[in-house]
Amino acid sequence: MNLTGAEILTEVLIEQGVDTIFGYPGGAVLNIYDTLYDYQDRITHILTAHEQGASHAADGYARVTGKTGVVLATSGPGATNLVTGIATAYMDSIPMVAITGNVSTSLLGRDSFQEIYITGITMPITKHNFLVRDVKELADTIREAFRIANTGRKGPVLIDIPKDITAAKCEFIRKECINVQKHTEIDLDKIEKAAEIINAAQRPVVYFGGGVSLGEASEELKAFLNKAGIPAVHTMMGAGVLCHDDMHNLGLIGMHGKSSTNNVIGDADVVVAIGARFSDRVALNPKYFAQKATIIQIDIDQSEINKNVYVDYSIVGDVKQVLNGILPYIEENQHLEWMKKIHVWQDRDYQPTDSDSTLKPHQIIRILCETTEKDTVYVTDVGQHQMWAAQYLEHVAPRSFLTSGGLGTMGFGYGAAIGAKLAVGNSRRVIHITGDGSFHMNLNEACTAKSYELPIITIIMNNSVLGMVRQWQTAFYKKKYSHTDPQRQTDFIKVAEGFGVKGYRTTNPKEFTEALKEALTQKGPVWIECLMEKDEKVLPMIPAGGTIDDMIMD
Amino acid sequence: MSMQKKVVSVLVDNHPGVLTRVTSLFGRRGYNIDSLTVSVTNIPDISRITLVITGDEHMLEQMIAQTSKLVEVRNIFALNMDASLVRELLLVKVAADETNRGSITSIANVFKAKIIDLSVGSMVLELTGEQNKLDGFLTVLGEYEVLEVCRTGITALSRGPVNYHI
Repeated sequence: MNLTGAEILTEVLIEQGVDTIFGYPGGAVLNIYDTLYDYQDRITHILTAHEQGASHAADGYARVTGKTGVVLATSGPGATNLVTGIATAYMDSIPMVAITGNVSTSLLGRDSFQEIYITGITMPITKHNFLVRDVKELADTIREAFRIANTGRKGPVLIDIPKDITAAKCEFIRKECINVQKHTEIDLDKIEKAAEIINAAQRPVVYFGGGVSLGEASEELKAFLNKAGIPAVHTMMGAGVLCHDDMHNLGLIGMHGKSSTNNVIGDADVVVAIGARFSDRVALNPKYFAQKATIIQIDIDQSEINKNVYVDYSIVGDVKQVLNGILPYIEENQHLEWMKKIHVWQDRDYQPTDSDSTLKPHQIIRILCETTEKDTVYVTDVGQHQMWAAQYLEHVAPRSFLTSGGLGTMGFGYGAAIGAKLAVGNSRRVIHITGDGSFHMNLNEACTAKSYELPIITIIMNNSVLGMVRQWQTAFYKKKYSHTDPQRQTDFIKVAEGFGVKGYRTTNPKEFTEALKEALTQKGPVWIECLMEKDEKVLPMIPAGGTIDDMIMD
Repeated sequence: MSMQKKVVSVLVDNHPGVLTRVTSLFGRRGYNIDSLTVSVTNIPDISRITLVITGDEHMLEQMIAQTSKLVEVRNIFALNMDASLVRELLLVKVAADETNRGSITSIANVFKAKIIDLSVGSMVLELTGEQNKLDGFLTVLGEYEVLEVCRTGITALSRGPVNYHI
């Protein structure tokens, strides 16, 4: 077939199994949008309010499905508006293909209208990027982009396509999309050696992260933990890999993790790190992290070995493959003495207190879990509400807690929730938990949720301050609340109304429960504002660079 | 851990922007480049970047692992200095007149440097060799008035058979 570049792009998207993309039109992508009009029976294009929202939507779509999310934007500001979304996906290893239009090749490099060097800008926040200068290279470039995005350690890839390339024609031959998940060679000696250390351990613990979810290895992890009788702690990105009530799941570790989980890491004699990267929010002080332990690290990315914390043994490979490989060498055990010691620590864990008259963060989350379906997809923004959600949600399954971990992007939530909802359709509920600070950043996506009548429930934890930063100011800056108490006069119920969205304001658990029950019956988007005390803190907390000895409990 | 100089070969696709990807990664990760040369190899779609960096073992391990992840990097390895040939080219312009041309020429001869230009008030010398030889030559020339210096940065190959794949 002799097709235009725009048609080739669309054909290859279909070839790659893409049925939904997120984007925003503009001059440099007019040809592409013209083609999308003709292909609307095969590709659903979701128009967002802002390109950033589209990038987060593609990200949310990818997080919940494991498929590669696709976002499309025009040149110049359209492209730069994707930057935060691409960086968010990059930091959390989310497969994404971002397609940007650019000015025609004859205008490139001349500071033309809406020209930007987006491949230069996104170089450090993509796995790879391409500028297509010849329509004959377009099809294979797009195929290669999808391959890179969703193999090995996943991540975003950007393809920049000048406008004339989208109009130019060339011969196109459809190719079948082959899933080329590379089967990595894993050294059997290393597997045996690791198993030997694990079998000999007295106080072992598994510390796992988002890599287990990305590697679709939660079943393999469960089998490993069951056989070895090893307890596990998880990073925020690992939430949901194990069910919250799994006997091996000790819970969240790190800055806002439990004191018990942090004690376990500190006292363990063997730590098995699986799909986790010893980030500064977990290994707050890398010198003292797991200092009594022999550390074994399993990761798909060689460059994660010895990056932040030096480990004793490492196995580089696909986590699912490695866990399957090691299982036969693992001896059955229960580590009863060790578990007994852990239970003593758990009895001393921080316990929040309930209130009938005010809305406490843990109660909001508890009511959500009690009132909605177990398989609900929760999406958060960034800040205190995010940490409360990570701590108190009853995580049940992987790919069900979507949050910006690495980059910590305020404004991530609404777009990501839209992407997630479009991915799961009517099969699962999507709840977006946000704070008033984060929500002010990208609440414009309410118009998208409304246009497509997406029944996303947004829980706005409104403490009227930028709570997380304010909490640090309370603890470390002598309560000098510099620019964290903005005195905003936003009436979220009226704003909701303006968008055609139903809004509820709640001030206590009873009101919240009632509003939530009503919201669950609504067809379109709903906001529930929860008015909260501004002094609510995320507890416990280990200050940056600190250790368990520095933990703040009140 | 002790800091040491390492010579690293990076074999990359001969595409526009590849050098930027490598150096951008180095900048972002805080690896300091002492010297860098790049040119196309005997295989037209492959270029070789030769880098000199200073760091400890862990930094070198990280640097190689991070650089390996770049899609257009085909291979990267540190050269074993005991079994490698390392060369640099130096051009130096020295003020020279009839009083000292002779003595400069005799220094050049000792170092096997070539005189590639002779003008009324100056001469330009060319020298190829290992870095310390070039350093030594410049030290001796320091006795005279050095007007301009240009060094290419080092380029290097291992001796014997090719033991990497691209």
